[in-house]
Amino acid sequence: MNSNFLFMGYTRSDVINLVVVLAVALILIPLTIESDYWYASILIPWLCLALAAVGQQIVMGYAGQLALGAAGFMAAGAFACFNLILRVPYMPFPVALMLSGLIAAAFGVLFGLPSLRVRGIYLMVATLASQFFIVWMIDKFGWFKNYDTSGIITAQDIVIFGKPFTTPLEMYLVVVVVVAVLTILAINMTRGSTGRSWMAVRDMDIAAESMGISLLRTKLQAFAISAFFCGVAGALFAFTYLKSLEPVAFDIKLSFKILFMVILGGLGTISGAFIGAAFILLFPVVLNSLGNNVFHGAIDATIISAAEQVVFGALIIVFMIYEPLGMTKLWENVKQRFRFKREPKATLPKPQVT
Amino acid sequence: MFRRHMHLAAAAVALAAVSATAIPASAQETQYFPVASSRVGPYSAMGTGYYGAQIDYMNYVNMNGGVNGVMLTWQECETEYNAVKTVECYQRLLEKDGQRIVVFDTLGTPGAYAVINRMAEDNVVLAQYGYGRTDAADGRVWPWVFNAASHYWSQIAVKMKFMAEQEGGVENMRGKKIVHLHIDSAYGREPLPAMRKIAEDWGVTLVEISVPPPGLEQQSQWLQIRRERPDWVTFWGAGSGMNSTAMTNAARVGFPRNRMMYVTFGAAEEDMFPAGDAALGTYAMANALPGQDYPLVKAIKEQVYGAGKGNLSDQSRIGSVYWNRGLGAAVMWVEALKNAQEMHGKVGKAVTGPEFRDGYEALNMTEERLEEIGIKGMIAPFAISCENHEGAGKFAVMQWNGEKFEQITGWEAPLDPGYIRQLVEESAAKFASENNITPKSCS
Repeated sequence: MNSNFLFMGYTRSDVINLVVVLAVALILIPLTIESDYWYASILIPWLCLALAAVGQQIVMGYAGQLALGAAGFMAAGAFACFNLILRVPYMPFPVALMLSGLIAAAFGVLFGLPSLRVRGIYLMVATLASQFFIVWMIDKFGWFKNYDTSGIITAQDIVIFGKPFTTPLEMYLVVVVVVAVLTILAINMTRGSTGRSWMAVRDMDIAAESMGISLLRTKLQAFAISAFFCGVAGALFAFTYLKSLEPVAFDIKLSFKILFMVILGGLGTISGAFIGAAFILLFPVVLNSLGNNVFHGAIDATIISAAEQVVFGALIIVFMIYEPLGMTKLWENVKQRFRFKREPKATLPKPQVT
Repeated sequence: MFRRHMHLAAAAVALAAVSATAIPASAQETQYFPVASSRVGPYSAMGTGYYGAQIDYMNYVNMNGGVNGVMLTWQECETEYNAVKTVECYQRLLEKDGQRIVVFDTLGTPGAYAVINRMAEDNVVLAQYGYGRTDAADGRVWPWVFNAASHYWSQIAVKMKFMAEQEGGVENMRGKKIVHLHIDSAYGREPLPAMRKIAEDWGVTLVEISVPPPGLEQQSQWLQIRRERPDWVTFWGAGSGMNSTAMTNAARVGFPRNRMMYVTFGAAEEDMFPAGDAALGTYAMANALPGQDYPLVKAIKEQVYGAGKGNLSDQSRIGSVYWNRGLGAAVMWVEALKNAQEMHGKVGKAVTGPEFRDGYEALNMTEERLEEIGIKGMIAPFAISCENHEGAGKFAVMQWNGEKFEQITGWEAPLDPGYIRQLVEESAAKFASENNITPKSCS
């Protein structure tokens, strides 16, 4: 709309967007949605995975490091949070959450080290180590699971300032606040000098280095911050959605899902992480309920279940062909079209054909 | 084009109107059940068989007038044997048309662990039919959870008893070596606490080797087994792929199949056939025996499949291990529903979660009752009490002969059931104290 900065580099539309989104998330949704199903099974996992996707976005979309292993950092965060609350007396949940993010970030630095030597698809293979090592470590050493025989432990209740947050709505509010704060932080970073150096490294690391950007610092910083986001997301995922902790829940499949969320949503955009997460998480649910409600009894249930996966796979291919820049771009195009209609007199340049 | 769309839309609206009016027309009491099935992925064989039987039995009950006139309704949701998806399915299936589920069946220990803590709050029974959290057999700590077809600690104890019998007594077990080859999940680790204790008492060396899911790659594990040279292997896998791979690998390293004892979730025809001749002689545990000759199985085949309403696409799987096990699970739902209706004066009416819980706890499946239902011999007779939610605690050993399973033993209990019970109570008490649960009084 206009390029006048209203507040610290944010335009008016940025601020309006923020206010609208927060109003919807904190006022409209709690007032209108009553079903626990929506909070417990749709909104909470969506926000948690979107946060992890923001982490993946930072390292992959912004810093250009093809990393795979977000679920490993999520596991680190989840089990760190469990152990902090279990072993440190009077540990408040928000502090435990931040500390578990930091612990995951430490792992991020460790497993980001190969990025200094290898790149591209080889880096992807190297970062797989984080996925397998962290999950193996938690499985191998009983201490992380408090020597529980089954290996699945119950997550503690969330208590903040003496008030328990246990109903789906209350947990949703906790998740919304954490995700909102971290997302604003992420947007801030990507628009500031930190993000600029990430993108410089992504676009051409030799040029970036010759301009005085330290590759070591920038890459490891991206890995650390990415792992921090994933760690917090993992802790939230375990404490608010699963309500139990199990290493198997953070397997390689989850890492791939988060990778797909970022690619489908649109690389190098924060909103893409949210849109991609919604697609990957919700579409199978929609297909499954559709299959069971519409075709119930008419077609063999096994065929319906298999067909859902085929449809989902086909949709991914269609989206990638139709809009390789991700769903964020699709959304931008729709907005652009509406703007033409509303302001017919404005002489806007035609959208570039890419 | 537009016109055609209009026609289509009109037809759809009319159809919707018809179906909407059709439902209240048969304003009948219904009881709603969830079917959290796993029909795709590596674990599809057990999911299609087990849940297929549940749906077949519900259809059978409905075709014969329902439960005292109450018709059974259900809805399916695909979990892919995945704990995360099971949580979503649980939430999705929880309520339908204002009616809440009274029972949930995940057919998977990871899934059971993921929802187990929600049961008391939501007033839903978790019917772990031969799987799941073992110490839930202590009904005082877990009033909402049942292991009606015996739990894994009894199963491992029966396995070890069978080995001891083959070796000529417990005293001959001293110095023997057992490898526990298990899928690396909550399910694979579940028998270990009891197994370690028994092995220690008997002087048996226990080697635990894990296989990461889905377990199609077991070469390094079998090389390790060859190095260890164990006397027995207790195999604790899931999914036909993993289960058959273990036998082909055993054949490759020359480990005798009649020294391998398969868990109930590897003990099905679908697990044996893919391994071909390599499967010959493998021992497997059963909490529900296969077979098409039980009167109820025959009746379902005739009535439900005869009417074209059967859930299995391959009718030869009727009477298979997983199908019969699912049938047993569904029979317990209906028996519990009958009990609940009678106990709470609601004959011919739908019951609530707490009422259904009372009905399930009152299950008393005597030999006579099983005969009336038509599954005498398929499962071991059992009764559930307020303290003990385990059921029979008995298993039969079967052996694969290349075409089908042959029953080797009758329904066997562990050598010392009291000891297993003691372990269950200790574990449940630990859970209760960690989570500030006051055990319910049963007197």
